[in-house]
Amino acid sequence: MTNGSYIVGLGLFAFIALMGAGFAADQPFAQHMWVLFFVLVGATFALIRRAQFAPVQAPDPDAYMDGPIRYGAIATIFWGVIGLTVGVVVALQLAFPDLNIEPWFNFGRMRPLHTSAVIFAFGGNALIATSFYVVQRTSRARLFGGDLAWFVFWGYQLFIVMAATGYLLGITQSREYAEPEWYVDIWLTIVWVAYLLVFLGTILKRKEPHIYVANWFYLAFIVTIAMLHIVNNLAVPASFVGSHSYSLFAGVQDALTQWWYGHNAVGFFLTAGFLGMMYYFVPKQAERPVYSYRLSIIHFWALIFLYIWAGPHHLHYTALPDWAQTLGMVFSIMLWMPSWGGMINGLMTLSGAWDKIRTDPVIRMMVAAIAFYGMATFEGPMMSIKAVNSLSHYTDWTIGHVHSGALGWNGLITFAALYFMVPRLWGRARLYSERLVVWHFWLAMIGIVVYAAVMWVSGIMQGLMWREYDEQGFLVYSFAETVQAMFPYYLMRALGGALYLAGAIIMAYNLTMTILGHEREEEPIGGKSAAPRPAAVPAE
Amino acid sequence: MSHKEIDEISGVATTGHEWDGIRELDNPMPRWWLWTFYATIVWALVYTIAYPAWPLVSSATSGMLGWSSRADLRTELASAEAAKGDYVAAIEKASVEEILADDTLRQFAISAGSAAFKVNCVQCHGSGAAGSPGYPNLNDDEWLWGGSPEDIRTTIAHGIRFAGDEDTRISEMPAYGDILSREEIADVVKHVVALSGGGDLSGPGAEVFANNCAACHGEAGKGGAEFGAPDLTDAIWLYGSSPAEITAQVRQPRHGVMPAWQARLGETTVKELTVYVHSLGGGR
Repeated sequence: MTNGSYIVGLGLFAFIALMGAGFAADQPFAQHMWVLFFVLVGATFALIRRAQFAPVQAPDPDAYMDGPIRYGAIATIFWGVIGLTVGVVVALQLAFPDLNIEPWFNFGRMRPLHTSAVIFAFGGNALIATSFYVVQRTSRARLFGGDLAWFVFWGYQLFIVMAATGYLLGITQSREYAEPEWYVDIWLTIVWVAYLLVFLGTILKRKEPHIYVANWFYLAFIVTIAMLHIVNNLAVPASFVGSHSYSLFAGVQDALTQWWYGHNAVGFFLTAGFLGMMYYFVPKQAERPVYSYRLSIIHFWALIFLYIWAGPHHLHYTALPDWAQTLGMVFSIMLWMPSWGGMINGLMTLSGAWDKIRTDPVIRMMVAAIAFYGMATFEGPMMSIKAVNSLSHYTDWTIGHVHSGALGWNGLITFAALYFMVPRLWGRARLYSERLVVWHFWLAMIGIVVYAAVMWVSGIMQGLMWREYDEQGFLVYSFAETVQAMFPYYLMRALGGALYLAGAIIMAYNLTMTILGHEREEEPIGGKSAAPRPAAVPAE
Repeated sequence: MSHKEIDEISGVATTGHEWDGIRELDNPMPRWWLWTFYATIVWALVYTIAYPAWPLVSSATSGMLGWSSRADLRTELASAEAAKGDYVAAIEKASVEEILADDTLRQFAISAGSAAFKVNCVQCHGSGAAGSPGYPNLNDDEWLWGGSPEDIRTTIAHGIRFAGDEDTRISEMPAYGDILSREEIADVVKHVVALSGGGDLSGPGAEVFANNCAACHGEAGKGGAEFGAPDLTDAIWLYGSSPAEITAQVRQPRHGVMPAWQARLGETTVKELTVYVHSLGGGR
């Protein structure tokens, strides 16, 4: 029987979850275990229904294993739309506090749901799916570990579901971007080690003499995230059947550990991992060689070495000792060029293919993504300068910065990768519609620009209002007055987010139709007369 | 397979590697990029010599400039103090009445009180001091505990029904739900509505009011600041003006609590707050 041991294992874990619900030390843990129980029982029955008793043909060891990637692409689209929707909801909650629906859907629980959904569910699935896609093709090897890749995919979805439902139930360890409690953290650790095994195993059995640069970045991302996740989440559970734990760190050390993690979640999850994506999909879509091998080596090692020290810039003007703040700042400044190395290599790869920006909306999306990457990685070091930070810190400027990076860089490069992968994964000749990609591109662009510009203005306004003293040294504005002044900007930011979400929904439709095998009849972009032009003019 | 070729478009040699059709050009690193990178490293070294940076065994280098965030803060606080000049000392010595009499001191105290109000008071009284249900409006002429400078100062200094202060203002209206019958409460509510709304004051409620309420609120319902008893004739309502809301307040009165601020903010700030609140309007 196929899946026999998996069915038994899942059933066993469902039973353990049931025991956990029965013996729970606190109410939220019991509720959370019920959620887990029903998810696992559902999964068990799904596997039983798919069980076959006929002998199964072993997969071709030379064929690429694309099943988990197809599922991963769908999961990326699904969680993307969910995460962005929650983002629009929380943006509206800020503008209209009445939208806080107690207790499950208040801002405090919805915000981590939004951040985790877009970073870990959308971004994480995109990284896992594309890394599996890229590593096989650039290593000319099938994924290592057989069904282990399936375990990584489903295990990661279980992590997402447990994290998300935990937030709504009020279970959190209050660590930014690391809110899940100890038992969910342990589960993610197991899944992540499996992910590392699959990825590293595939690289080790590669049939190419060298490891492609995209894989360096993916590997750095996987290894470093494992380290960050484990250290930041070191904690002692208050009960092994309870939803509370105590961090191993205290006071300023706890804060620094948190931001060492938090900053490198940005550095290795949202930068290194997505650079891996860029290094494969940009040259593939542009059909041009990578601009500079030497630059890729130097900026890779410089980025990896410098990023890990920059975390203290999140704790400027706090109880963190001055020396640590200084180091956090200077390492952030030194990080500027290594970050831009990726931008240069991405943009310059297009030299000789710039004309495609006119006719290929996917290339256009990639160029915009790299441009936003460049902007965000300039803005970041600038904001880490203490004089700038004294104004920007705790204001919406930070939120604007994060979103120009997340929506502009991570979002657009992921969309571009999906537009590239989906037709190939399902064996379609082309996308359902390129015109819809253009719509997606412009909605996303306008959304990002509105969002980022509004947050710059409101963030700087907020910072200036907070520090406004009259000539006698008295505070001019009460906090409530600064909140009141934010209202129009909160509205516009929700509008920007809604535009971006609308683009993502169009993509979901376009890709669904592509997967289903439809092709929309439409005039090619650039008009019918746009004759196929020579790729470029030879250099003189 | 590792043979170097020349890319036709750029004329640059490739590294000779190929992965899934992707090749790499052997371009050098852009010079401006490299030099900027070096420059940031040099700048970082210089900065870390100038400012506290390198951790040692039990401390860290303090930097050539001798800068520290604590000293920075001390300087800033000192300059803020200096900006306030002698005013603070003068307010410290003067009584509230003396401050009100001196125009310069009064203006300064209003600015200072307004700043303190923004940090400590707006949470309940609102940023315009207009209050909200249960929290008095400080702009109107109604003063539950008296509107003279001294009354206002006492209220701010010792709070209202605040357990942590011996001199706090205390009063409690009995819960008439346990004392009067339904009909009597209905009657007296009609009477109270009429007191503010200009209606018939000769109904059966008048007698109930005289027997039960007049002791604190006065025969005419004008209230009494010594008990914190609200004036019922001025159409200003702390807990709502509808008969249902008034009935609820008669049956089971709610009593607001305000913290005592003297221990927290000090006498000077309380004086400044007094002058500010007094200036809002209606101060007697």
